[in-house]
Amino acid sequence: MKRRNLSKPIDPANMTPDTLAALKRAGFSRRDFLKGAGVLIVGFSMASWPEKLAAQNSPQVKPLDVAGDQVDSWIAIASDESVTAYSGKCDFGQGFATVQYQLVAEELFVPLDRVTLIYCDTSITPDQGTTSGSQSTPTEFGPSGLRQALATAREALFQMASEQLGVPVDQLTVQDGVISVISDPSQQVSYGQLIGGQQFNITLNRNARPKDPSQYTVLGTSLPRYDIPAKVTGQYEYVQNVRRTGMLHGKVVRPPVVGATVVSVDQSSLPPDVQVVVKNDFIGVVADTQQQAIQAVAALQVTWSQGVTLPNQQGLYDYMRAQPSRDSYTVLADDVDEMLARAANVLSAMYLYPYQMHGSLASSCAVADVQGSGPNGTATIWAASQSVYPQRDSVALVLGIPKENIRVIFVEGSGCYGLNGADTVCFDAALLSQAVGKPVRVQFTRKDEMAWGESYGPAYLSDLRAGLDDQGRIIVWDHEAWTLTKGDRPNATTPGNIITGALAGFPTPSLMPGGGDPPTSYRNNGNAAASYGAGCVNRACGGTGTITSERVLTHTIASPFFTGPLRSPARLQNTFANESFIDEVAAFVRADPVQHRLLYLSDPRLIAVLNAAAQAANWDTRPSPKPGNPLTGVVTGRGIACVLYEGNNGYSALVAEVQVDQDTGKVIVTRIVTSQDSGPVSNPDGLRNQMEGGALQGMSRALREEVMWDDQKITSIDWRTYPVFPFGEPLPVMETVLINPPDKPQRGAGECTITLVAAAIANAVFDATGTRLRQVPFTPERVLAALNGLRLKQRLNRT
Amino acid sequence: MAPVNFTVNGTSYTLDVDPATPLLFVLADELQLNGPKFGCGLAQCGACTVLLDGQPVRSCVRRMSTVEGSEITTIEGLGTPENPHPIQTAFIEEQAVQCGFCLSGIMLYGKTFVDQNPNATEEQIVQALNNLLCRCYAHRRMVRALLRYAQELRA
Repeated sequence: MKRRNLSKPIDPANMTPDTLAALKRAGFSRRDFLKGAGVLIVGFSMASWPEKLAAQNSPQVKPLDVAGDQVDSWIAIASDESVTAYSGKCDFGQGFATVQYQLVAEELFVPLDRVTLIYCDTSITPDQGTTSGSQSTPTEFGPSGLRQALATAREALFQMASEQLGVPVDQLTVQDGVISVISDPSQQVSYGQLIGGQQFNITLNRNARPKDPSQYTVLGTSLPRYDIPAKVTGQYEYVQNVRRTGMLHGKVVRPPVVGATVVSVDQSSLPPDVQVVVKNDFIGVVADTQQQAIQAVAALQVTWSQGVTLPNQQGLYDYMRAQPSRDSYTVLADDVDEMLARAANVLSAMYLYPYQMHGSLASSCAVADVQGSGPNGTATIWAASQSVYPQRDSVALVLGIPKENIRVIFVEGSGCYGLNGADTVCFDAALLSQAVGKPVRVQFTRKDEMAWGESYGPAYLSDLRAGLDDQGRIIVWDHEAWTLTKGDRPNATTPGNIITGALAGFPTPSLMPGGGDPPTSYRNNGNAAASYGAGCVNRACGGTGTITSERVLTHTIASPFFTGPLRSPARLQNTFANESFIDEVAAFVRADPVQHRLLYLSDPRLIAVLNAAAQAANWDTRPSPKPGNPLTGVVTGRGIACVLYEGNNGYSALVAEVQVDQDTGKVIVTRIVTSQDSGPVSNPDGLRNQMEGGALQGMSRALREEVMWDDQKITSIDWRTYPVFPFGEPLPVMETVLINPPDKPQRGAGECTITLVAAAIANAVFDATGTRLRQVPFTPERVLAALNGLRLKQRLNRT
Repeated sequence: MAPVNFTVNGTSYTLDVDPATPLLFVLADELQLNGPKFGCGLAQCGACTVLLDGQPVRSCVRRMSTVEGSEITTIEGLGTPENPHPIQTAFIEEQAVQCGFCLSGIMLYGKTFVDQNPNATEEQIVQALNNLLCRCYAHRRMVRALLRYAQELRA
C-alpha cells in the first residue's frame, strides 16, 4: 500500500552519506549525534511544509547539550544557510508553531523556507514548562524566550560580519541571511559562512534589541498555517497515529464508582496471550490488537469495594459553602464594611457555575516504550501533553526511572483546552509498557476519558455585593467565591496529582484549610477582581478601574473529583459573575451597560476594546431591559462584557445578540462581535480563528455543558450525557475587531473571548426578557423557570 | 477470524480479521491510515467518518463483517498536499481548521451533501452537518469552506 511515511527513524549505525550531509546541513557533527539518543531523522533543512512536519513528528537526536540560557539551545544555523529553531511551547491546533516560524524568519531576516521548527521534545528543546495560560506568545516574545535568542544571535552575526568585513556594525545591513555593507553591497557574508555548523557559545543577551514590531514584514501577516494541508489530506500524524515496531494495545479498567478499590482480579476467562497489569487500583490489559484488548476488558472479572458517597448534585452549592476552605484575598481594602454600611443601596446576587469538561474530541491516547526500571531503566513517551517536561519528571517517579533516562516527545492530539486526559493516559501507557517490556499504545474509550481521564474545570459559587451612594454610584465592591480542587497538572514531586498516579497508589495532596492573609501585592491572575476595581494593595493600585473600596476573597475546598485547568480557569467563572453583576447594577440605576462600565474603567486599552466591540456591533445605547418586548413569544436582546485577561494578558470585549423563545426557554445566539488587543498581532487570521473558536466554545459551555453525577459516580460519560453545541444548530454571525498597537508588549489571546461569552449572553437575555440568568448552563428548562419566576413576581406586584 | 475483501482508496485488500472488529481499527491499525480517527467509538462525533460506496458512515461502529465487497474512501483518498481535492483546497483556503481532528466527518458529510446540492444555502449546509462535533468550534470557517467548494462545483 502506498503511504507517505513521515516518521522513519534511522539508526545512526546505518547512516548513509545523504544522512550525514543532511545532519551537517542542520549543523550537527557526527560526534554530536553519536552521543545523542540513538535515533534521528533527515529532512530538517530546506524543507517544504510537509518535511517540516516530518521533522516535528519524528524522534530527533539531541543536538546540543547546552543550558536554556544559551543561544545554541534555541537556534542552529547550518553551512547551507538553513536555520533550525527549538521551542518548548507546543501547538495543539492554535497555530502557534506557524507564529514561531514567522518569528524566526522575521528576527533573523531569513526566508521562511529555510526555517525548521522543532518543539516540545524533552531531549531536544529548551524546557519551557507547560504550554498553557495564554503564555506562549508572552513567553516566546519575552526577555527569556525565542525572540530574545534570535535577537542575540542576529547581533552576534552582525558582530562577526563586522570583524570579517572590517566595517562597523552600524554600516551593515541584512537581507535573506546575507549581511552586506550598506554603501557597497558587493562586500557581503552569509550566516552560513559566518557560523554554519558551529555553535554560537553565547548566553541570551537581555540587552539585544528585537526588531521593532512596526517594522514587521512576516509577523503581522496572515501566513497560512503550515500544518493544514497535511491535516485536510489525512497525512498529519497525531499521537493516535504513532506506530512503533512491536507495539501492543492497552486498555484500562477504571473503578465503577468513585473511591472504589480493587478487592480481587480474576483473569481466568482471558486468552493466555492477554496480559493483565494491576498496581493498587490501577488495572490495565495488554493485547496484540485493540479489538482483543476491548474483549479482554469485557471478560476480565474485577471485584471492587464500595465507593464513597458523593455530595448531592442538587445541593452542591450549599455543600461548597459548608466545607473547610483555603482562603485567598486578591484585594482587601480596610473600609469595605464601613462603606457597605454607609451605602444608600446595597445590591447583591449569587452566581453559580457547574463542573465542566474539556470534552476533547479525541479520547486521549499515548504510546510508551519503557525498558526496565531503576537507575538503568529507560522510557520514551509519545504524548499530546501540554506539560512534556513536568510529565517527564512525574512519570519518572511512577516508573522508578531517573528522569534523565526519560524522553517525552510531543505529538499533537485533538484540541485539549487544558488538563484533559492527555497526561493521565501517559501514565497508563508507561505503566503497561513497563510491565510487558514492549511499546504499548493506550487509547481511552469515551467513558474512560469523561469519567476517569478528565480533570474537570471545577464548579464556582460567587456572592457579589455592591454599595451605591445616593447618586447611584458604586462606592464599594465585595466579591466572595467558593471553588473546588483535587489534583493538578503533573509535577516533579506528586504523581498522585494525576488520576492514574492516584490509582497506582501515589497519594493525592490534600487541601490544607487556612490561609486568608491579606494580600501583599496585587495579582489578579484569576480575574477574581472585577475590571471596575482600582486593585489597591499596599498603596499600589494595579487594577483597571476606579473603585477603591474593594474586597475579593476566594475559598477553595476539596473536590470529590479530579480538577484541573480548563480554558480560562477561574477567569471565566469569575468574569461571568463580575460582568453579570456590573450589568445588574447598570439596570438598577437605569444606565446603558456600556456607558455604565465606562464610568468605572480607568485603563485606556480596556476602554478602547469595549468601545470597539460596541461600535462594531452598532450597539443600541439605552438601559436594559429593552423597552416594548412582549412577555411571550420570541424576543431579542444584546449584551456585552469585557475583561483584561489575567489582569495583564490581553484585553477583550464581546457583544452577544440573542433570541429567546419565552414559551420554550430556548436561547439562540444570533451574533457575536469580539474585539481584542493583545499587543502587536502576530498572525491576524490565526488570531481571528482563536477569537471565533473561543467565543463559540464559550457559547456551548454557557448554554449546554454541565458534568452530572449520582450518589456514587459520574453519569456524564458520552456526548449524549454531556451534550455540547453540535453542528446542525443555527450558528451566530461572527465578527472580530483586532487592535494592533505596535508599541505594546505581545500578550496572549487564546482564552479571552471564551472568558466573556457566558456573561454577555446572560446580559443579552436580561435585555430581551428582563429575566436575569445567574446559573450556567442556560438550558431551556432553567431559562423557562427563571422566566416563570419573573412572571410570577410581576403578577404579584400588580395585585 | 474470517477473510474480508474490500477496497480502500482504490487498493484492494483481503484481510483475515475478527468479523466483529470495527472498520476503523482495521483502517488505522492494519492499513495505517491517519485520516479516520477515534473520537468516541459510539457514532456520536463523526471523527471516524469514511465514505462507504460513496456514502458517509461512522467507521467506529461499522463491523468488518458488513464491509465485504465495499469500496471505502478516506480523506487520504481524496487528494494529497501536493494535489488536493477541491474540497481540501477550500478548507486550506479558508484556514478552516484548528486541531483538525474532526475533519473526516465535516469534509466527507459536507462533500456528499454539496455534491448532490451544489446550490445549497449556508443554512442547508449547517443542517447537513447535523450530529457532527468540532470542539475547537471552527464552525464558521468550515461552513465558509463548504460554500466555497459549492461555488467551485458550480463554476
